[in-house]
Amino acid sequence: MARLLEHINVPGINTFDVYRKHGGYKSVEKALKTMTPDEVTEEVKKSGLRGRGGAGFPAGMKWSFLDRKSDKPRYLVCNADESEPGTFKDRYLMEKIPHVLIEGMITSSYALGAKTSYIYVRGEYMYIIRILEKAIEEARANGFLGKNILGTDYSLELYVQPGGGAYICGEETALLESLEGKRGNPRLKPPFPAVAGLYASPTVVNNVETISAVCSIVNESGDEYAKIGVGKSTGTKLISASGHINKPGVYEIELGLPVEEFIYSDQYCGGIWKGRKLKAVVAGGSSVPILPAELILKTAKGEPRLMSYESLSDGGFATGTMLGSGGFIVMDETACIVRNLWTFTRFYHHESCGQCSPCREGTGWMEKVLHRIEHGHGHMEDIDLLVDVAKKIEGNTICPLGDAAAWPVASAIRHFREEFEYHVKYPEKVKNPKHFELEPFRSEKVLAGV
Amino acid sequence: MAKVTIDGIEVEVADGTTILNAARQIGGEVVPPAMCYYSSLKDTGGKCRVCLVKVTQGSAKDPRPMPKLVASCRTPVMDGMVVQNITSQEVLEARKGVVEFLLINHPLDCPICDQAGECDLQNLAYEHGAAKTRYEEDRRTFEKIDIGDKIKLHMTRCILCYRCTFVADQLTNERVHGVINRGDASEISTYIEKAVDNEFSGNMIDVCPVGALTDKTFRFKSRVWFTKPLDAHRNCDKCCGKVVLWTKGDDVLRVSARKDQYGEVKEYICNECRYDHKNMNDWTIEGPRHIDKHSVISQNHYEKIDMQKLKLDIERQIQFQKGKQLPETNQSPA
Ligand SMILES: Cc1cc2nc3c(=O)[nH]c(=O)nc-3n(C[C@H](O)[C@H](O)[C@H](O)COP(=O)(O)O)c2cc1C
Ligand code: SF4
Ligand code: SF4
Ligand code: FES
Repeated sequence: MARLLEHINVPGINTFDVYRKHGGYKSVEKALKTMTPDEVTEEVKKSGLRGRGGAGFPAGMKWSFLDRKSDKPRYLVCNADESEPGTFKDRYLMEKIPHVLIEGMITSSYALGAKTSYIYVRGEYMYIIRILEKAIEEARANGFLGKNILGTDYSLELYVQPGGGAYICGEETALLESLEGKRGNPRLKPPFPAVAGLYASPTVVNNVETISAVCSIVNESGDEYAKIGVGKSTGTKLISASGHINKPGVYEIELGLPVEEFIYSDQYCGGIWKGRKLKAVVAGGSSVPILPAELILKTAKGEPRLMSYESLSDGGFATGTMLGSGGFIVMDETACIVRNLWTFTRFYHHESCGQCSPCREGTGWMEKVLHRIEHGHGHMEDIDLLVDVAKKIEGNTICPLGDAAAWPVASAIRHFREEFEYHVKYPEKVKNPKHFELEPFRSEKVLAGV
Repeated sequence: MAKVTIDGIEVEVADGTTILNAARQIGGEVVPPAMCYYSSLKDTGGKCRVCLVKVTQGSAKDPRPMPKLVASCRTPVMDGMVVQNITSQEVLEARKGVVEFLLINHPLDCPICDQAGECDLQNLAYEHGAAKTRYEEDRRTFEKIDIGDKIKLHMTRCILCYRCTFVADQLTNERVHGVINRGDASEISTYIEKAVDNEFSGNMIDVCPVGALTDKTFRFKSRVWFTKPLDAHRNCDKCCGKVVLWTKGDDVLRVSARKDQYGEVKEYICNECRYDHKNMNDWTIEGPRHIDKHSVISQNHYEKIDMQKLKLDIERQIQFQKGKQLPETNQSPA
């Protein structure tokens, strides 16, 4: 099966001509000329492709929920707002090989019956917006966009919209509000976008990577795509690897790759830098629960942990985590879990839209308490206070940002409570921001295993 | 029509009714509190989260429980739905959490706040709040500002229920204020240097559940419980002209719209009635305003008991106590 990044190193692959020479836009030809829209949707269903934006919802199923009976126009909106700390794969894809997204947008729009589609790009990615606009112009000049594409009776307009400059605008309903020109506050659901999305019309919102994957699904069939991967985790996934590793970057992996191989093999992260030991991993972007070394390499049952939706969530939140958006953040033994958590929480505090009370007030509260603990002004009660505040946010908010803020706090304390206690007990030792770089925190539990 | 059971009490309501409004049809303790929902303003609700309830059975057709607590003010009932409000420990815990969140950054300056005595947050905190705060950080503060010559915005007290922005959208012809910034730095604000100034803007004061928007013509004049509220009306060509006069002796200290049992205004009034007729002679007095006996404003005002209502209350109480015995409504949180 063709990979998303297969031709990434071909010089000039960002231009239409070179991309086309390497098999680009074939899926548009195949779909528009030889398939009905429903047949395309059927292939996507068969492929088992799951949303790559974070929640992992099956794409084909989402497409089939789209209200096709409504007399309103239908829209496809690509979520390119990528703002989750630790996630930078969409940027890489759009920058290096923008036509794969444009191709995926055309094929997917055809399947959904959308006549106007949008790519909502993170506001800070201004240079990417220019790259995409140029790619759209090229596609249009070659007859792949606009009226009567390739001489068929299918017409499509594709627009790029710069985002509002807020993480919350990546939440799909906030994105739609923002796209409509309003304040990016998430909407209450139901109704879901499939019924009333953009301009109250049926809408599908998908991540950049999800839409790009549609090209090879159409070219080579859904069944062919489903052969890659394990179980319900089919296909390949872009992983943004960062942190204390020898080779940070974006990697395309086959789902099902063992985590250990991903971290230590030279083909991927190349092991922990400076010959240090692995301490913890945040496997799917800042929102997912952090896991200590022994639980990220092996599940609680002792089986090797795999890079797949199911394996990473094996054990629930007690001993597992989530694949999320694939932002793989690795921490070595000198990392301070408390400091790292404070940084994450500061982000959620800053990015909460402020609509609902638990998230608006709770994120700020957690940040302030963590700031105190990290700087040596914490009390023992603060640790349970944090657990309680996180619990009162989780599940009680309008959108999942509340959960995303609560999970890292709950999991860090679940797996690294001793380290929080250490900060309270030895305020003098943690005054220096580099405290664990000087002398790694020693705990039997944390450093066992690797 | 849909049959729904709330805390063991069954009620039949029109399709599309929300859980909150179904509970209000039952009345009494099973009614969830509401800080952002406002029945006479479209699209309000869903934000404050104090009205969260547990749906233990989605409907007769699909009896699965809902995975999370839901905002009762925005969740429509289904036929056969079973809901727990005060019979669920999980709901009470979550609500306590929400009240705590609403209070951590609230200034608690009730002793100098004009809203004291008729403040929804005070009532809510009295019922669900903790006696002690666990919050030891600095509280968020804002400067007080005038928005127009009649309204004082005291943003520090605001709970961001968004009700006033809906008033602006739905009752006035040009919206000049809204929410700026995000998260806990969000604030209600007018467009630069714009004053909130149009016929119906004064209703923002009545819909505000706390003392964030107060009537400048009444500021610091009197504690509300020292005033005598009278129902009164006048012929007005702009609005219904039905108001409450808040009086002391022969002086009219304040004019407001009439709030119902849940503190909601159903008939809004214009600014002329509110600000420009502070004279008893301008009004036809209907009689003393009925104030709920739980309100601090009603202290020392005795009223004859409505036997019919008392009977209904007792019947509901009996039904509710029976409902509490049911095993599934007595579960502890998972
Ligand atoms: C706070 C928040 C931020 C999000 N940011 C993004 C984002 O930047 N990009 C993205 O694709 N999905 C993001 N999502 C997920 C989207 O809401 C949505 O689930 C996704 O775009 C659906 O696409 P998919 O099914 O292809 O994954 C975010 C969700 C939340 C709650
Ligand atoms: S959970 Fe946070 S970000 Fe989401 S709607 Fe509520 S306040 Fe806004
Ligand atoms: S000023 Fe009052 S009505 Fe407006 S959002 Fe704040 S609390 Fe609500
Ligand atoms: S009243 Fe329902 S969320 Fe505020």
